[in-house]
Amino acid sequence: MKRILQSTFAAIAFVAISATGFTGSAEAQPLKVGFVYVGPQNDNGWSQQHDLGRLAVEERFGDAVETSFVELVPEGPDAERVIRQLAESGHELIFTTSFGFMNPTLKVAEDFPDVKFEHATGFKRADNVSTYSGRFYEGRPILGTIAGMMTESNVIGYIGSFPIPEVIRGINAFTIAMRRVNPEAEVRVIWVNSWIDAAKDAQAAETLLDQGADVIVQHVDSPAPLLAAAERGAISFGQTVDNSSFAPDSVATSLIDNWEPYYIERVQAVLDGTWVSTDTWNGLNSSMQQMGPYASWLPADVLAAVQALEADLTSGAVHAFDGPIKDQSGTVVAAAGETIEDGVLLGMNYYVEGVLGNVPQ
Amino acid sequence: MISVDIVVLTIVSIIGATTPLLIAATGELVTEKSGVLNLGVEGMMLMGAVSGVGATIATDSWILGLLCAAAVGMAFSLLFGFLTLTLMANQVASGLALTIFGAGLSAVIGAPLVGKRVHRIPDLEIAGLTDLPIIGPIFFGHDPLVYFSLISLAAVSWFLFRTRAGLALRAVGESHDSAHAIGYRVIRIRYAAVAFGGMMAGLGGAYLSLAATSLWAEGMTAGRGWIALALIVFAAWRPLRLLLGAYLFGIFWIGQLAVQGLGLPIATEFMGALPYLVTIIVLVIISRDSTKFLLDAPACIGKAFHPTA
Repeated sequence: MKRILQSTFAAIAFVAISATGFTGSAEAQPLKVGFVYVGPQNDNGWSQQHDLGRLAVEERFGDAVETSFVELVPEGPDAERVIRQLAESGHELIFTTSFGFMNPTLKVAEDFPDVKFEHATGFKRADNVSTYSGRFYEGRPILGTIAGMMTESNVIGYIGSFPIPEVIRGINAFTIAMRRVNPEAEVRVIWVNSWIDAAKDAQAAETLLDQGADVIVQHVDSPAPLLAAAERGAISFGQTVDNSSFAPDSVATSLIDNWEPYYIERVQAVLDGTWVSTDTWNGLNSSMQQMGPYASWLPADVLAAVQALEADLTSGAVHAFDGPIKDQSGTVVAAAGETIEDGVLLGMNYYVEGVLGNVPQ
Repeated sequence: MISVDIVVLTIVSIIGATTPLLIAATGELVTEKSGVLNLGVEGMMLMGAVSGVGATIATDSWILGLLCAAAVGMAFSLLFGFLTLTLMANQVASGLALTIFGAGLSAVIGAPLVGKRVHRIPDLEIAGLTDLPIIGPIFFGHDPLVYFSLISLAAVSWFLFRTRAGLALRAVGESHDSAHAIGYRVIRIRYAAVAFGGMMAGLGGAYLSLAATSLWAEGMTAGRGWIALALIVFAAWRPLRLLLGAYLFGIFWIGQLAVQGLGLPIATEFMGALPYLVTIIVLVIISRDSTKFLLDAPACIGKAFHPTA
C-alpha cells in the first residue's frame, strides 16, 4: 500500500519536475540529466548521498546541465514508467540508483538507444547502460581495527540488514582486520531482515549490548543503533552518511558513500561525447567509499593505526581480503600473500574465522 | 555464557518490544468492541510517531510530545469515523485508505525531522526499588508508557465488563439495532470508541519514536499496526488474552534477536517468521470452532449502522 502512495507522489513530483524543466529549456540546450531515487531525497542515507552527487553535478557544470530527480520510486513496474518518462522528456543521461531498477532500466534503454543510462549496484549492462557500485567493504577494515583495539569485552555486535554477499563481505572485511589487532575478539551478528525498521535496529543493538558487546557495527540505514550504543557508552560507526553529529561520544567514524566524483566524470563524458558503457566498482581510491572524520576521543595509537591503514587501503598497498584468511571451520581460503578475487567477493556467502553463528542459507 | 544479567536484560527488551503493540491493540480492542473495524492502525501509529517527535522537538517536552501524538492519532481516527459513521463508507476500504494516507502524510510531515535526534523518554527511577537486583530492572525501571500500557489494558477491561457505559458499548457492537431501539446513541458511542482507538494508536506509534528509539524514520512502524490488529483476533477480543498474545509476540520477537546474537544454530529466517507463524497457528486453532469464534467476535463488526427511526 505504501507503494501506491509512493507512486502517486512520484507522479506528482514528476509533473512538478517536468513543468520546471520545460520552462528552462527554451534558450540554450543544456544536457538534461535525470536521477531516480528509491527513497526520499533527504533520507539521511542512501538516496540523499545520490542527491548530493546530483547537486555536485549542478554546481560543477552550471548552465551546461539541467538536472531533475524523481524520489520515492518503488522498485517494480512503476519504476519503468518513471524512467520512461524521463527518457521521453529529453533526458540524455539517466542515473537509476537502486538495485531493483535494474530490469526496468534495461527495458527502457532498449527503446531509447540514444539515451545513456547508469544503473547503480546492478550487474546487467547494454551498449547504452553502464553499471556502477562502491566497494563499500573497503572502509570496514578500518572499523574492525578500531573495534579490535578499543573493545574491552572482546564482544563486537554487528547488525546486518539481509544476508546478501554485499553485507557478508562487509562483516568479513571487518572481522579479518579486527582479528589481526585482537585475536581474542569475536563478532556476533544479528540479521534484522529489513533496511528500515528503526525500532528493530535499536532492539538488535540493545540485545547485542545486553550480551556484552561494547562496540556496535551496523549495516542498516537507520541511526537508531548509534543512539542505543551511545546510551550504554558503547562505540558505534555511522553508515552511508557522516553520522558523527548524531552521537559524537559514540561514533568513532563513519563509512560514507560518495557519488560526486563519479557523477561529475560521467556527465563530463557525455558532454565530451566520450561516454561508453562501463562497469565501475570503486572504493577508497576514487573516494566512492569515504571515511568520515575520526572522533577526537580516539587514543593516539588507534588513530595512528587507522590513518596508516586508510592510506594503505587507498593506495592499494593493503587489500581488505589479503591472506592469510581462514573460514569458520579453520580452512584456509586465502594463504599468506594471496588476495581473495573480486569474483569470489561478489558471491561471498561464508563467514571468516572470528564470526559467531552461521550464515543464514 | 547465558548469565542472569542477560536474562533480565532480555526480559526488559521483551517488555519494550511488546508495549507499543499492547497500547495500539488496547485502543483497537475498544473500537472493535463497539462494532467498528478500523484497519488504519498502522497509519494512525505512523502519524503518532511523527507528531510525537515533531512536538517533542518543538516544545522540548516528551509529555507534550505524547499528548500531541495522542491528539493527532485521535484526530486522524475521527477522519475515519466521519467517513464510516457519518457518511457510512465501507469500513475495510476506509481503514486501508487511512493506513495509506497515514504512511504518506507522515513521510511528508516527517521529511524535515529525518536525521534529528530527540531525548528518549526517561526510565523510571524509584529510589530503593529500581536498584534492586533482578526485580528492580524488571518491575521498576521502565519508561512510564510501559506502566501506562498495563494500566490502560486493566482499565479497559474494567470499563468494558464492569461498567454500564462499557455494557452499552458492547451492546452497540453486538447489535446496533437493538441498542438503538432501547435508546443508545449508536453513532455517538462508536465515535467515542474510534477516537479512543486512534488516541492509543497514536501513543503506540509515539512509543516507537520516543521510547524504543529517539528519532523519526519513514515507515518506522514497519507493520506493527497490522500485528496489533492480528493480536485482537488472536485474543478473541478478550483483554487478558490480548495481554498474553502481545507478550508472546514480544518474546518471540526479541527471542529471535537474542538467539542470533548468541550464535545458536537456528535458522534466522525461521526465528524471524516464528512470531507470525505462531499467530497464524493460533488463529487456525481458534477459528476451527466457527460457532465459538463467531460468538467471540462482536456481531456487528464492520457493519454500517443505518438508523431506522
